[in-house]
Amino acid sequence: MEKLLIKGGRVVDPSSSTDAVLDVLVEGNKIVLIGKDIEGEGFQVVDAGGKLVFPGLVDMHVHLREPGQEHKETIESGTRSAAAGGFTTIACMPNTDPVIDTPAMVEYIKLKAEKAGYVKVKPVAAITKGLKGEELSPIGELVQYGAVAFSDDGRPVMNSRVMRRAMEYSSMWDVPIISHCEDTDLSGDGHMNEGEMSTVLGMRGIPAIAEEVMVARDIAIARFTGARVHIAHVSTAGSVELVRRAKAEGVRVTAEATPHHFSLTDRDVDGYSTNTKVNPPLRTYEDVEAVKQGLRDGTIDAIATDHAPHHRDDKEVEYAVAAFGISGLETALSLAVTNLLNSGILTPIQLAERMSTAPARILGIEAGCLKEGGTADITVIDPDIEYVVDVNAFKSKGKNSPFDGMSVRGKAVYTIVDGIIKNI
Amino acid sequence: MKIKNLLGIRELESEDIIQILDTAALMKPIMETKNKKTNYLQGKILVTLFYEPSTRTRVSFELAAKYLGATTTNISTSTSSVVKGETLIDTARTLQAMGVDIVVMRHPMTASHRLLERHLDATIINAGDGINEHPTQALLDIFTMRQYKQRIKGLKVVIAGDILHSRVARSNIWGLTKLGAKVAVAGPSTLIPRDIEKLGVEVYNNVRDAAVDADVVMALRVQLERQKSGLFPSLREYSMYFGIDESVLEVAKDDVLVMHPGPVNRGVELPSSIMDASNSAIEEQVTNGVAVRMALLYLLTRGGDI
Repeated sequence: MEKLLIKGGRVVDPSSSTDAVLDVLVEGNKIVLIGKDIEGEGFQVVDAGGKLVFPGLVDMHVHLREPGQEHKETIESGTRSAAAGGFTTIACMPNTDPVIDTPAMVEYIKLKAEKAGYVKVKPVAAITKGLKGEELSPIGELVQYGAVAFSDDGRPVMNSRVMRRAMEYSSMWDVPIISHCEDTDLSGDGHMNEGEMSTVLGMRGIPAIAEEVMVARDIAIARFTGARVHIAHVSTAGSVELVRRAKAEGVRVTAEATPHHFSLTDRDVDGYSTNTKVNPPLRTYEDVEAVKQGLRDGTIDAIATDHAPHHRDDKEVEYAVAAFGISGLETALSLAVTNLLNSGILTPIQLAERMSTAPARILGIEAGCLKEGGTADITVIDPDIEYVVDVNAFKSKGKNSPFDGMSVRGKAVYTIVDGIIKNI
Repeated sequence: MKIKNLLGIRELESEDIIQILDTAALMKPIMETKNKKTNYLQGKILVTLFYEPSTRTRVSFELAAKYLGATTTNISTSTSSVVKGETLIDTARTLQAMGVDIVVMRHPMTASHRLLERHLDATIINAGDGINEHPTQALLDIFTMRQYKQRIKGLKVVIAGDILHSRVARSNIWGLTKLGAKVAVAGPSTLIPRDIEKLGVEVYNNVRDAAVDADVVMALRVQLERQKSGLFPSLREYSMYFGIDESVLEVAKDDVLVMHPGPVNRGVELPSSIMDASNSAIEEQVTNGVAVRMALLYLLTRGGDI
């Protein structure tokens, strides 16, 4: 059996509140020993001196595009991109063509991911058949086949009655509903955040309330039904506050934020680069600060990329018709290190919690911890490495990143899945 | 001028605006001479590329180009391959391959000229992009104000109507504030863009309040479909609060100038009596439009002073 010794790293494990310089010994796909100065023969040694050793990162919000839009991304390219970004497990969204709303589709995703062999893929299935917002998908059966959560991401469930039924029904299996909170009547044909910058740039705006009224609605439904709801890509100060109050009340709500929503503001849209076009849109400085504060105090449980790869032809067009979305898997960790860890907003243990332990817990999957006898999904991070983002070096097919050319710090040096290094 | 393209007033320096206005003043007499032909732009090819219907702006550009000796041709959506689904990039490349010198484009989407710019070496002039800017309209408006008032700095200019969807309003706000005028906008709250006061303008929800001591009152054309999409209840109510009538002009300065980018919905934004009164500059705006566009074509393609 292959043996791997990760030597001298700062081992950070939120599940056991560990934060110490330790060695980790991996045998096969298991962690067999965590301790000081492990000695022995026949190991492949990974020198982790000065590095952070995290439980494998988990991204609970990824668009893999396959099947249906393989020109944008495939399960192979997307999972390779995830490994390059330090993720050992990702959850993929069901807005493919066909939609992931049948057991066969869940099986298809799992098989293709296994064949690609980079990282673990957990399918998120559709709340409603065909993402139409009308009839419920076979939620129970989909859970049996391995769906870990349910979402109509990208197509919000506008009908409140349908959302109520979805939460009531899914609560029988205690799986979360991941809600893309957007009132499409309010967002209308907007392309960026509505405010001073949309006025300056002469663009139609998407108001903060388009998100907030739906966050408030879904919290109310979760409170009423007792079901679990997870708010995807929280982007406004108002949403953060709604989640904070709901949690204090005991509503079973969790939330995620994306790296672009804690790294960029609507001022970055100036210049009209379509790579800044994303839904929900880049918000104001005050919103970014509120998202960071939410990540710090735990109101926002998880960092998730909302990785949305697009083809050049979808972005090299007029801003108004450009596709929404940012290719995020390969910049997420660097942005978190640069904007949250290095600026003192999160401690290493909080960062591991937001990027691994919490998303694993929300999805109810076995991941997100480093323990003897546990699966050897490990991410070794160099927090000091400084580099310039180059989209042409992305493993993802999606080169649509507003961070291209930006100088950042921190990178995954080893992504270890089931005891095997996957990012080289 | 240091710039090659005119995409918006926002990106202009106040000196650029002054230079265009000064040059336009020199161009205007050419229109009044018997032989209207000069050779400043001889051998240059200007294409008007209009993705939205327009009569006056397109004709104004064509005449300006012709007075300067350029050859013009026009592409409009009904006659070109645009209807066949050709993308803006394809069109840009086609124009590039045909070797045109100047492209004047009107497009329903904001900042579409940026896309054109990346695929075309020709000089590009924005004749209106979505709800963003209509820079030559603002230049001719400011030129007209300066002609009547001999100054811009310190003038109080009221812009009334649908500010939200008005590229004319936006370009005028950029230009007038850069030159030191005081700008007030008046319109129903549903048609005032969010945080517009941060651009340095005052906001009113009644044109009578806005017009107190105004030097210039500019009415914007109201699009009928805005009422259908629920932005205001009726044209009658719109006219009551935002139409320019005698009671509005009474509170303004005695020599208040009335402007409108045209075409006017008579009896909605303005009654005929005001349109045709001596303090109305509406026809002069049209004349000045040609002079300003001549100045711009000259400056963008030749550079230097006249």
